[in-house]
Amino acid sequence: MHPTIGILGAGRVGTALARQAVKAGYRVRIATAQPAADIDLLVNIVTPGAQAVDASEAAASDLVIVAIPLHKYRTLNPADLAGRIVIDAMNYWAPVDGVHDDFEADARTSSEVVAQFLAGSRVVKSLNHIGYHEMEEDDRPAGDPERRALAVAGDDANAKDLVRGFIDRLGYDAVDAGPLAAGRVFEPTTAIFTGSYTAPALRALVQHPLAA
Amino acid sequence: MEIGAYSFGDTQLNPDGSSRSTAEATKNLFDAIVHADRVGLDYFGVGEHHTVSMPASSPGTIIAAAAAATTQITLGSAASIIGTDDPVRVFQQFATADAISGGGRIEITAGRGSSVETFPLFGYDLNDYDELYAQKLDLLLTLNNNTTENVTWSGTARPSLPDLAVVPRPVQGSLPIWIATGGSAPSSARAGRLGLPLAYAIIGGQPHRFAPLAQLYRQSAAAAGHTENIKVSVATFGLVAPTKKEAVERMYPGWVNLNVEMGRLRGWPAPQKGAYLAQVDAPNAYFVGDPDDVAERIVALHGHLGHMRHFFQGDHGGLPHEYLMESITLLATEVKPRVERLLAAK
Repeated sequence: MHPTIGILGAGRVGTALARQAVKAGYRVRIATAQPAADIDLLVNIVTPGAQAVDASEAAASDLVIVAIPLHKYRTLNPADLAGRIVIDAMNYWAPVDGVHDDFEADARTSSEVVAQFLAGSRVVKSLNHIGYHEMEEDDRPAGDPERRALAVAGDDANAKDLVRGFIDRLGYDAVDAGPLAAGRVFEPTTAIFTGSYTAPALRALVQHPLAA
Repeated sequence: MEIGAYSFGDTQLNPDGSSRSTAEATKNLFDAIVHADRVGLDYFGVGEHHTVSMPASSPGTIIAAAAAATTQITLGSAASIIGTDDPVRVFQQFATADAISGGGRIEITAGRGSSVETFPLFGYDLNDYDELYAQKLDLLLTLNNNTTENVTWSGTARPSLPDLAVVPRPVQGSLPIWIATGGSAPSSARAGRLGLPLAYAIIGGQPHRFAPLAQLYRQSAAAAGHTENIKVSVATFGLVAPTKKEAVERMYPGWVNLNVEMGRLRGWPAPQKGAYLAQVDAPNAYFVGDPDDVAERIVALHGHLGHMRHFFQGDHGGLPHEYLMESITLLATEVKPRVERLLAAK
């Protein structure tokens, strides 16, 4: 039985991930800040096979992907997400999205700030360093020498294992970058963020003692 | 099918790579619009941008000037960043241009802008991004739909209008107002619910992948009971030259310059020629080619999106001005007839 996938956000990233997860055979539920009925048509046409739900229902999934603009992270409901495995696919990218004090004034990575807000969740940083249209174009079967790899950072080993399995089924190799704080190596402007790598190349770039 | 061009202004470069003046770029843009009118192009859009390399900061001003110097072309913003502007002033400027044009060929396209430079420039807070856009779009539509000069509106993004005169009124009562989007599904649904025409800016990837979004837009409009004024237009990179080889070579240096500039800001690595060449053929995003190639690709995309207007930006990164002028000529005189012929044969 595959884990169920909940996606918060129906923008370009959320819908691309939803389509790719449906293609991989997952049960996918997608939500925005609006009631489910408001995005029914959107989901039926743009992410066929996924189900439009309320945000609290999407949060009650085995894996929850947060794909909203980072400046809206405080609209997430920590109580809904308590105990859940949450993939933070968001980025703090000031030249593109503008300066935000919560991240500018904090030396930690954006995912650590988000994890502190979602204190009860097991936050894993991943899916943030691939473009939304690449997500549906760069996937390859396991074992393909050209297969692209995606980095995974998190403090909870079981959560990371589940995320790595999910990424593999999406058509990518998953590379463990270490604890959540190590996600710094694939934030915006880094070589990992701006490039595209196979697993061996990505492992070399991650260079973390805990990397697989 | 309408064929057009759009520009953010394109500051020319000296042989040593330094920038020539932004005033020259502004005059070049004006000249390009007048030229487009002369050769029979259907549409010219002026995008709001606030950088040295792309200095078309005041679309309403250029369009008002162009309204006086042209006779047939439709002129619009592409887009006006209304979240950080005053919709009253935007409306007044475009209604003024409409009066000067004689009426009926001035449009406004409202967008959020793909960059955030207007927030510090005009003193707005990015945390208010969504609320500013929603309220100011509502005000712009209220102004446009009003049947009299006096307007009543209230909100928090701007002082309320308690039955105040906003003049002039457009010659035909209202202006076409479009919504611009880079392709997020909620934006397509919202434009449909509002019953507004929708302009897709497609700057990468495969444009035919926007087909579900256009379908969502049309079905959202139908569900909300909107039957008229439901139109899709498409804006892409594009440059036409006598041969495909020339077109690809002409646009490349500017593409490099644009990507180097954006890469400096966003931390991108040096642009690779392979990434450019991967985009220049069907079914990819850059409509760079000879008239046959570009016309065929417009028609192929039309099969997916059903758009009624396709307009192109070829001038960025210091494209020599004469190449832009030749591309505009070829779009109007060579591409458009081919598109019409191919569509008629379908």
